[in-house]
Amino acid sequence: MKWILNDNIPIWPQLKEQIMRAIISGEYPSGSSFPTVRQLAEEAGVNRNTMQRALSELETDGLLATNRTAGRTVTSDMTLICKTKKQLAQSTINNYFKEMETLGFTKDEALSIIINKESE
Amino acid sequence: MSNIVNCQQLTKKFSTKTALDHMDLHLGRGKIIGLLGPNGSGKTTLIKLLAGLLTPTEGTININGKPIGAYTKSIVSYLPDQNYFADWMTVKNIFDMFEDFYKDFNRNKALRMCQSLGIDEKMKIKTMSKGTKEKVQLILVMSRDAQLYLLDEPIAGVDPAARDYILTTIINNYNENGTVLISTHLISDIERILDEVIFIKDGIILRHETIDDIKEKEGKSIDAVFREQFRMQPYPNNTRDDFSTSSTYHLNETEEAENDR
Repeated sequence: MKWILNDNIPIWPQLKEQIMRAIISGEYPSGSSFPTVRQLAEEAGVNRNTMQRALSELETDGLLATNRTAGRTVTSDMTLICKTKKQLAQSTINNYFKEMETLGFTKDEALSIIINKESE
Repeated sequence: MSNIVNCQQLTKKFSTKTALDHMDLHLGRGKIIGLLGPNGSGKTTLIKLLAGLLTPTEGTININGKPIGAYTKSIVSYLPDQNYFADWMTVKNIFDMFEDFYKDFNRNKALRMCQSLGIDEKMKIKTMSKGTKEKVQLILVMSRDAQLYLLDEPIAGVDPAARDYILTTIINNYNENGTVLISTHLISDIERILDEVIFIKDGIILRHETIDDIKEKEGKSIDAVFREQFRMQPYPNNTRDDFSTSSTYHLNETEEAENDR
């Protein structure tokens, strides 16, 4: 997995979001076993505690499950994965409107640009 | 769990210079902590005091609840800021020495790490490049199952690729309940692996916070925060008068450099 991190903001939320995306996109398929904190921390070049925090948050959200014998696994709850997908889509849309606002477009204008793009 | 390090009113004076000034320092367990400060701020002095190589002028140090002594040295793994092995020694000689000195030295681990870098056991210190020497020293220090690792400038002399190797070695090999204290100037290279940072200047702690707190509060990298905190007024300024002083200064510097050769 490829990690892109910005040093100006806390690292763990960035790790969390990138893992969420990897789960949704199927890079880590639903129900499959998940790498250890150690492996992921090395891969991302971050501290283990930071990675641990990101994974704990994902466990709280239910996207990851800890099983005493099998280690960590990706949730097999497809509705949860779909829900997360919609949440991320929502935040992408919000970012789009925010970005367009800084360029001086109103919400309606931003919307019509998208619709025209679609019908191109 | 109690702190691994507790220092109270720790002071170190070298004749007229106060290197550490009544410092209270508490370090938790299982953390990687950056010790950052400009040159001459007291970083190496603090590390040497914790390693037991210097004695405090005033104040107390406790490591794992005990004062500095044979016990604390057995649980502290120290990487000095310079090479301390004799030129004639081979990697094997040094391994033997570490095995003699430290019960917690894991020779197999050290051997495996050397092999992964293509360093042969029969290689002599004399024939090694600066970077290789630094890597060998780091391997030795990280092959101990210590409670406290003190790393003084571990990545100063090596190229960026070797830096990555060293940082990965640190994250992968420290004992999970152990704490790592790293002093460095190369902040942007190490900030991702840190839990906490300590900023020190003139022997005083300016801040000691978690990385996440600093980033959340200031929205900047630790490197940027450091540069702001320790920004200095450049001298000379750009006025004509000062400019001539500056060129004389440079002249002197080259002269000095030549004399050194």
